This record gives sequence, C-alpha cells and structure tokens, in this order.
Amino acid sequence: MNAHLQPTGSAYFITKETQEIERHTLSVLVDNEPGILARVVGLFSARGYNIESLTVSETEHGRRLSRITVVVIATPKVLVQIKLQLERLVPVHRVHDLTAEGASLERELALIKVAGAGDHRAETLRLADAFRAQIVDASVESFVFEVTGKPAKIDSFIALMQPLGLVEVVRTGLAAISRGPESM
Amino acid sequence: MAEKMTGAEMVIQALTDQGVEHIFGYPGGAALPIYDALFQQEAVQHILVRHEQGATHMAEGYARSTGKPGVVLVTSGPGATNAVTGLTDALMDSIPLVCITAQVPTTLIGSDAFQECDTVGITRSCTKYNYLVKRVEDLPRIMHEAFRIATTGRPGPVVIDIPKDVQFALGEYYQPDHDTLRHQSYRPQVDGDAAAIEAAVDLMLRAERPIFYTGGGVINAGPEASEHLRELAELTGFPVTSTLMGLGAFPASHPQWMGMLGMHGTYEANLAMHDCDVMINIGARFDDRITGRVDAFSPNSRKIHVDIDPSSINKVVRVDVPIIGDCERVLAEMVRVWRSKTNQPRNEAIAPWWKEIEKWRAVNSLGYKNSDTVIKPQYAIERLYEATRKQGKDVFITTEVGQHQMWAAQHFHFDKPNHWMTSGGLGTMGYGLPAAVGVQVAHPDALVIDIAGEASVQMTMQELSTAVQYRLPIKIFILNNERMGMVRQWQDLLHGSRYAHSYSESLPDFVKLAEAYGGKGIRCENPAELDAAIAEMLDYDGPVLFDVIVEKDENCLPMIPSGKPHNEIILPDTANIGDIIDEKGRALV
Ligand SMILES: Cc1ncc(C[n+]2csc(CCOP(=O)(O)OP(=O)(O)O)c2C)c(N)n1
Ligand SMILES: [Mg+2]
Repeated sequence: MNAHLQPTGSAYFITKETQEIERHTLSVLVDNEPGILARVVGLFSARGYNIESLTVSETEHGRRLSRITVVVIATPKVLVQIKLQLERLVPVHRVHDLTAEGASLERELALIKVAGAGDHRAETLRLADAFRAQIVDASVESFVFEVTGKPAKIDSFIALMQPLGLVEVVRTGLAAISRGPESM
Repeated sequence: MAEKMTGAEMVIQALTDQGVEHIFGYPGGAALPIYDALFQQEAVQHILVRHEQGATHMAEGYARSTGKPGVVLVTSGPGATNAVTGLTDALMDSIPLVCITAQVPTTLIGSDAFQECDTVGITRSCTKYNYLVKRVEDLPRIMHEAFRIATTGRPGPVVIDIPKDVQFALGEYYQPDHDTLRHQSYRPQVDGDAAAIEAAVDLMLRAERPIFYTGGGVINAGPEASEHLRELAELTGFPVTSTLMGLGAFPASHPQWMGMLGMHGTYEANLAMHDCDVMINIGARFDDRITGRVDAFSPNSRKIHVDIDPSSINKVVRVDVPIIGDCERVLAEMVRVWRSKTNQPRNEAIAPWWKEIEKWRAVNSLGYKNSDTVIKPQYAIERLYEATRKQGKDVFITTEVGQHQMWAAQHFHFDKPNHWMTSGGLGTMGYGLPAAVGVQVAHPDALVIDIAGEASVQMTMQELSTAVQYRLPIKIFILNNERMGMVRQWQDLLHGSRYAHSYSESLPDFVKLAEAYGGKGIRCENPAELDAAIAEMLDYDGPVLFDVIVEKDENCLPMIPSGKPHNEIILPDTANIGDIIDEKGRALV
C-alpha cells in the first residue's frame, strides 16, 4: 500500500558515472593451481566488472604459471581498480594493461562451419582464400575453416559467411602479447 | 629427519609451532580425527562454542584484542556454512583468522555426500585466501602459509578445508621456510615510498587547516603504530579524528582528539573533514559511512592516503599523495622526516583553524536531554564508562550493531588500541557477545563488556552458555529499548514512520534467561538506581546479563543522512547551534 511512496533518502549515495567506458586487454600472470580461474572470474562477478573475452592456459609448465588474457570494458577509474583487485589475489603475480602500455599484438582463432552447395561453395572458397582461412574439414555439403587474426578480421569473415550458409562458430577468445624484447 | 604423523596431528603440530594457545570450535563427523588429536595434547586449548558463527566472532575478538590470529575449527557442511558470516565479517574488518574446516573424504567430494558442501567455493569470496588440501604432503606447507597470509599485508581470514582421509593419512611434518611457501606471488609492500612520504610531509608543513583521519589500519599495524601516531600528532599539533574501527589508536583523553567522524560522528570532526585543506588518511578506506556524498566530500583539501592495500587507493576518493605501506612503518618515517625539517609544531599557523574547531566543539553535538524518570541510553553508557574507570582493570568493550553501538562509540572513551571490538564493515548483529567471550579467553583478568541491543544479543545469545562453561566473567550490558532502534530511526527518517517489523516483541525475561544459563541477571529501569546496579554487575565474579530498560524512541545523533555532505549533519535538539548553523540547516534538525 505504501510501496508507491518514495523514501525521502537512501541508505547509500549513488554517484552518476561521468567517465566514458573503454575496452582494455589485460594480461594476468598467475600460479596454475586449482580454482584460480574461479577466483579471477568470481572477482569480476562479485565486483560487477564486465568481461568481453577471457582466455587461459598454462604458459610455463616448469614454474606452473598460467597466462590469463582478459578483455574488459570499464571506465578508466574502474580499470585501475580491476588491475589492483586482481593483483590483490594471492596467486596473481602481475597484471599488465596491454592497451594502456602501448604496442601489443592481439590474435584470436576461430573455427567456422559453413554448409552449402553449388555457386555458394565456390564463393565461400574464394572468400576463405582472401582471409587466409584454412580448410580443416570438408564434406560434399560443408566446410570447417580455421581462421586466425585480429578479432575484427574474424568478425568480418563471419559476417561474409552469414549469407553463404554459416552453421556455427567457435572462437578461442583473445591472446595478446606486448611487442619488443621485454617479457611481462 | 622429519617426523611421521597423521594429517590431524600435523594440524595440531602446526598450530603449536605457530604459538596458538586457544582455538574456538565445534566438532562433527568429518572433523573427528582432528578432535581426537586435540584430545591427546595440552598445548592448544579448545573452547567449545554453541554455534559456529560464535566461534568465528570469538576468534575475531581474540585477534583484535591481542594482535594475534584467531583460530577456528569446524566440521564440514553445516559447520562450514555457519562460519560464513564471521569470515565475511573478518574480511570486511581486516581481522586475521585461520579457519580450519573439515571436509568429506577426497573420494566422496562431488558426490553430494552426507554433510558435504563446496566449502572453498562458498568461502572464496569471503576469505583473503582458501585451500582445499588434497594430499597430506601439502598440509604442513598450507598450514604455515595460511598463518602468513592471514597475518601479513592487509590481514584477513583464511580457510583450510581438510578432507577426512587427509586427516587420517600419514606423512612427514615439516616447517616450510619462506622460499618453499607456494605463493611467491604474495609479497605485501610494507615500506612506504620515500619520495611519497617526503611529499606528504611537505604538504603537512604547508597546511593551515589539517586533519588526521585514522582508521583500523593503525590498530592492525600494532601498538607501535598508535605510539607513532600520537608522536606525529603532537609534533605537528594537528587535530585527530578516527573511524569506528580506529577508536583507541589515538587517546580520547588527548586535547587534540576530535571524536569519531562519519555518519554518527561529532560535529567538529565532520566539519573539520569538510573544511580542511590537508587531510592525512592513515589506514582508513573512505568508507561510505565516512564520506557521505562522495562528490561533496572534503571538496577543498589535498589528500594523503596511507594504506597497505593498493586497491584501497583511489577506489572511492581520488587522493593526491598515495603511500602504500604498513601504517607503523610509514608513521615512523613521517615522524623522522618531519623532525628532519623542523622541531616546531605548526601551532601558530593553524591557530585560526583550532579556533574554528573550538567553535564547532562548543556546539556539543553529543549532548542529550537527560531524564530522572527514564534511563537515557547515552547516560547509561556514560555511567558505565565512569564506573569501569574506577575498576583499576584493563577494560575491553565489544558491541552488537545498532544505535547502542554508535552510542558506545560516542560515549565510551578509549585511550589504548585493541580495547574496542565492533563489527564495522559488515555490521553483524550478534557479533558482540561471542567477541566478548573471545576477548575474555585472551585476557582472563580483564573486564570485558558487550554493549548490546536487545535484538542483536538474541542472535548469538547461546554463547552465554560457553561463557558459563569456561568461567568467563563477561558482562553483557543490554540497552533495551524494545526496538530495533536503528531500523526504527531510519524508518522515521526515510519511510514516514511506518515501523515495519522493527519492534522487539515477546522479549525473553533477560534476568530469568541469565539464571537459566547459570549466569547472573540484573534489571534496572530507574536512573537513580543505575549506578548501584552497574556496581553490582561489576562486582559479580561471573557472566552477567544486565537488562537496562532505556528510553524507547531516542534517536542516535548527530547524524549525517546518507547521501548528504558533512555540513548537512543533523544535530540533537540540545546542541548549542547558535549562529553556527543557518536556518536551512536548522530545518534539518
Ligand atoms: C545480522 C543482521 N541483520 C540485520 C541487520 C540490520 N540491522 C541493523 S541495526 C538493527 C537493529 C538492531 O537492534 P538492537 O540490537 O536492539 O539495537 P538498537 O539499534 O535498538 O540499539 C538491524 C535489524 C544487521 N545489521 N545485522
Ligand atoms: Mg534495541
């Protein structure tokens, strides 16, 4: 009955966000131990950060280290927080904001299944060639292509395949590394 | 040669090697091997609680009052889930805890076995770190690493989940050195950056309206940090205020003390925060109960922020000079650098500022209208404070959550660190009684009082039984307003006085309840009899439940309503507002 009455105040003060959001690629060096991915992902969900893409794999077997590449969308202020909050996790060694630090390489791999017959097949193959997509499986009525590159390149290849009989797509998510001789 | 022992024995051995004397726990199927190992030794004393939440708060009280980690032992499933509130509380307030949870055997994990729960999953976000021990070989390393992680850097709770078969398994016990600890990634920074400290002192040397804003970090950094704070405050001549968590780090009897700041802080502390030109935040985190409206928070000041947790810096409020490090080290450096530059406090330069502060102080924002027919809650705390001062004993205060907590913070005064335990970050009703038990275990000869509300105290009331069992003479001082007073106050303020479920109905007879537990019960409702009743409580050698019937509808003031800037504080109607607050401000009163 009273639910329509707006309270005259709130328990919390909520600031309006004035900063623009940005997309950044973070590289996170972690101990490869059980639960590490849950820890990182749990941090993002608990603090309301947005993940665009996330890839993880062991990169140094001897030292049991994994590299997590995570693409986030956030305001500059939140980006700093994300980095600091990640660094606070016990098994996290280092976090680099590759986007902020300048020159870095970003690649993604996709497997793309296209089905069709006749003229469509010829057109499909011509475009695949232009995109340097490898045929990794073929049947009389389908192809599976492997394409590697920047996410934008994969996006456009997928868009072109759409009218030609696109069936399904899997993508690895982004792997990124800095240019030059240094390691992170 | 390393010694062969079972996982359960390793747990006890590691606790002994860590110097642990007391643990708080509750047994169950999965934990029995550890309980069996406990039974066969004397070094570690186990306090049997009545609910696992109680164990966690006891460990918090123990930790906060000693500076040592608190240790908890619970069984799998419900034992672990019952501990979650206390773990979260410890995480929010940066209290070092090591909580050992038993788990079903490794072979049954994932099978929905009896009393199985995903303890590491459930506690991942409410611990600083947690472990599931799958092999007995890892257990000694994990036990010792857990203590290191819990107690260093920004302290916090660590969970070690130990399956029953690992408790039974035989292995070699060892004490890892630093290099064999698994997590080389964990390296908290303790020394502040020298250039930043230099820059901070330079700012302080130019300040005309400075203020120290100190927090729980000073307490966590150990008693030396409090000594350095006092030294620095006296060297500079600057006023000092503190958060709820930091009370006691700076003596309340000191002339430079401004009282607590924040939502229920003093008028002078809040206005000084708003109007200052240099703010020196030592070990506080710009919590929303402190800042109020962030965009109107201390708009004209340059801010120095000392914190051991880099993620606290610039999280809420942008600061000018961040210093990452342990408060004790940084304060010592600040003292040294200040001394190297001058041997004079800035008394003259900041005299006008003190004059202004004196004007605000004269408002007497903690004033209240006393009564001779009903006990005012503030009066009850004042009388309690006076009576305890004459005891010649070390006095520790714990609280529950609500109005009584804020009145305790305002009207009980602390001159030493580690003597005030309260649930600040999580605001957990039910914290105070078990916390008092934990404090009393650590300090058997001290006077330990839980300042409670009649609603909160019922959340963990059963721990009175623990106090009776271990002859812990805690005093529970209930300010009984028959209301969830703080909720009622907010409903008055924000929801048109529609008191949805904020009454305390069907209250137990606390005197009889105390007697049923084997403690002493006292009730008092007449202000004239209060002093005698308090004396009776203090004289009794055993746990006392003291039911102080107080004014039902008293508001806790001053108050900065949420979302308002500091200078829109609501004052009690006894405050001497005079010409200091304008008509608009008065309308808020
Ligand atoms: C576990 C828990 N549940 C709910 C709340 C919300 N809450 C904050 S204060 C309060 C009322 C406390 O009443 P009482 O203990 O009588 O203290 P008073 O405010 O009357 O002094 C409530 C329900 C809380 N802080 N903790
Ligand atoms: Mg009450």
